[in-house]
Amino acid sequence: MTAKINVTLKKSIMDPQGTAVKDAALSMGFDAVDDVRIGKHIEVKIKDGVSREEAEKQVELLCQKLLANPVMENFSFEITED
Amino acid sequence: MRFGIIVFPGSNCDSDCYHALRDVMGQDVRYVWHKESDISDVDCVVLPGGFSYGDYLRCGAIARFSPVMQSVQDFAEMGKPIIGICNGFQILTEAGLLPGALIRNRELKFICQPQYIRVEHNRSMFTNMCQDRQVLNVPIAHGEGNYVADEATLERLEANGQVIFRYCDAQGECTNEANPNGSMHNIAGIMNEKGNVLGMMPHPERVCDPILGGTDGRLIFGSIVEWAERRIANAK
Repeated sequence: MTAKINVTLKKSIMDPQGTAVKDAALSMGFDAVDDVRIGKHIEVKIKDGVSREEAEKQVELLCQKLLANPVMENFSFEITED
Repeated sequence: MRFGIIVFPGSNCDSDCYHALRDVMGQDVRYVWHKESDISDVDCVVLPGGFSYGDYLRCGAIARFSPVMQSVQDFAEMGKPIIGICNGFQILTEAGLLPGALIRNRELKFICQPQYIRVEHNRSMFTNMCQDRQVLNVPIAHGEGNYVADEATLERLEANGQVIFRYCDAQGECTNEANPNGSMHNIAGIMNEKGNVLGMMPHPERVCDPILGGTDGRLIFGSIVEWAERRIANAK
């Protein structure tokens, strides 16, 4: 199994990187672009033999404690069979 | 008093702090490797600047799980002084010892420049040698120093006098132009509620030795020494 994790900045947090990319996109003529927010995609490979329930529990905790900073980020994940 | 400078893989202002504290301030100093757990011989912990763990994931995110950080947490709870500078500030927020977070600078650039900061008040163990509203010149050098926190946290910090340093101009005005990185409320340094944990983005250790162009940093380290000596005198 693999846990596919997305970490995104909370709406209230300014995203200077996203703003820079948005400005670049607009200057390139992509006038459909309204806003850009940049986050992280993380893939965590789960050891063979671990139950889905255990994997979900550990990934949830891993996100809370390490992969996301709850002050400024949200996270979501899905666990898929390889 | 003895300062303990925590050294993480990737710390790079540890030697500057060592020089400032030992050779300029005349204090006892030792390095504390991040795998150590006993820091009971130390009176003040310094988390120096740098790029601990290469700033991977988020600045300070991995350093906070270093073995020594449990002892630093206990140290904080005992009310002993902790000063986190630059990356040290980032580590303290990641560890939850200080509220808020530090994100990418507003203009995205790494900024390395002299910087005026205003001492908001001198009723702290880190500023007792300063005047209220004194303007200090202390350099900054960071890419992620943009302080953010939610409204409720900011209100609490302001109400409790926990905002201790603010970016300002030479006259002490905290304008938007004087804000180098976009920090909310021009925040350059904050303390925890108890007032014994300080995080600041500017580098006081770089303005202690006059050969480096300034000595304002001595006021901050000197305040800690003054506080500690007064405490020892009171205990006698």
